Amino acid sequence: MAGFASILPLCLRELTFAAGGRAIIRGVSARFDAGPATIILGANGAGKSVLMRLMHGLLAPSSGEVSWNGQGPARARRGQAMVFQRPVMLRRSALANVLYALELAGIHAPQRERQAMDALEEVGLAAVAQRPARVLSGGEQQRLALARAWALHPEVLFLDEPTANLDPGATREIEAVIRAFDASGTKIIMSTHNLGQARRLGDEVLCIHQGRLVERAPVEAFFAKPASAEAAAFIKGESPWA
Amino acid sequence: MPGTAEAVRGALGLIGAGDPVLAGIVALSLAVSLSAVALAALIGLPLGAAIAVGRFPGRRALIVLLNALMGLPPVVVGLLIYLLLSRAGPLGEMGLLFTPSAMVIAQTVLVLPIIAALCRQAVEDAWVEYEEQLRSLGAEGLRAALTLVWDIRFSLVTAVLAGLGRALAEVGAVMIVGGNIDGVTRVMTTTIALETSKGDLPLALSLGFILIALVVLLNAAAHLIKEAAQRRYG
Repeated sequence: MAGFASILPLCLRELTFAAGGRAIIRGVSARFDAGPATIILGANGAGKSVLMRLMHGLLAPSSGEVSWNGQGPARARRGQAMVFQRPVMLRRSALANVLYALELAGIHAPQRERQAMDALEEVGLAAVAQRPARVLSGGEQQRLALARAWALHPEVLFLDEPTANLDPGATREIEAVIRAFDASGTKIIMSTHNLGQARRLGDEVLCIHQGRLVERAPVEAFFAKPASAEAAAFIKGESPWA
Repeated sequence: MPGTAEAVRGALGLIGAGDPVLAGIVALSLAVSLSAVALAALIGLPLGAAIAVGRFPGRRALIVLLNALMGLPPVVVGLLIYLLLSRAGPLGEMGLLFTPSAMVIAQTVLVLPIIAALCRQAVEDAWVEYEEQLRSLGAEGLRAALTLVWDIRFSLVTAVLAGLGRALAEVGAVMIVGGNIDGVTRVMTTTIALETSKGDLPLALSLGFILIALVVLLNAAAHLIKEAAQRRYG
């Protein structure tokens, strides 16, 4: 990262996305700067995943614009990584999966091995580096997905409900790695519908409701007193004990 | 005409004795069909994968055509290759007609659509699962296609085996371009056809046994490899 021009800030201007005649994202504008870990909060079907994919460039917006430090999405590819809800691992060893990502990123061969092992070390998978990735447990595979992202040293890391399929133990391990990412200076943009996770990992919250950005606030303020009716209803609905 | 029991006894006798003529025919069959399948796989797997991953005009028509070509009648392929390789044909100067090379070419043409079409389907199914992850990592186009082919390599064994089954079993194409010349281009299927019409049932039947046994054996081996690999790699 150091020595290169930053890809941030990420700016969304009047972003919309429609599929099959249905509007999924409706006019979202936002700016993301380096620093605070951003949580994209919303119910299932609110449009969180689609918004993340629009930002990461996996989907093209129906209208509106995504720009990275004033440039188009193509120039910012190398500075980003994404971890999906369900990690997709290639049928090769854990180490080879990380090496594959490094090769695609254009890292020189002599450097790859060390960078990959460092990343596996970081997520606690160095001991299973030679094991086939697909036979690892769900939690281990998700940590491997994080290692694959870590090795790339992205400036921005997108996480789409990374713990939705995991048990509490595995979730804690994933959250620890995400915190380490955050501490290392990577900009975190993570979607979740889990309020506890949003509080534990987030500095600020963007609340999405039916494809619109209804509220953006620092995490403490958001949970203490949500400004929008939609956010209040969502917090209430997700906290049955309240 | 000898009875069935007599034919079977004769066939087993030939196999048991390791008859050199019989062995030569079996060896040529295997050499021709395995070469054809290797060539067809080398072209067909990347081709099928590229069609699966690519987005270009005429793609759907190409897929329909490829699927239709799986049912190419061997005699028609034989005839077309015959016309290409015959002395007056465009490739006549190469002098390949009635050689094992001509048989390899004909079987490659026959098997290529099968391997490409089955590979296209398998890669397209896998692409649904891998697409976002691979695009996120920056793999698109041919690079993504080759990654997918390697990753589902054990499933593609089935596509290659389907091609091999087709190559070993067909008569029409090798008969026309090979000419069924004794000791030169005579393979199992053409020998069976010839010897049956001549009434030499023991030789025809022994080749029939060997042909079936070979196909079963190759499939069993491939199945075991696939199972072991899936246990290992998930």
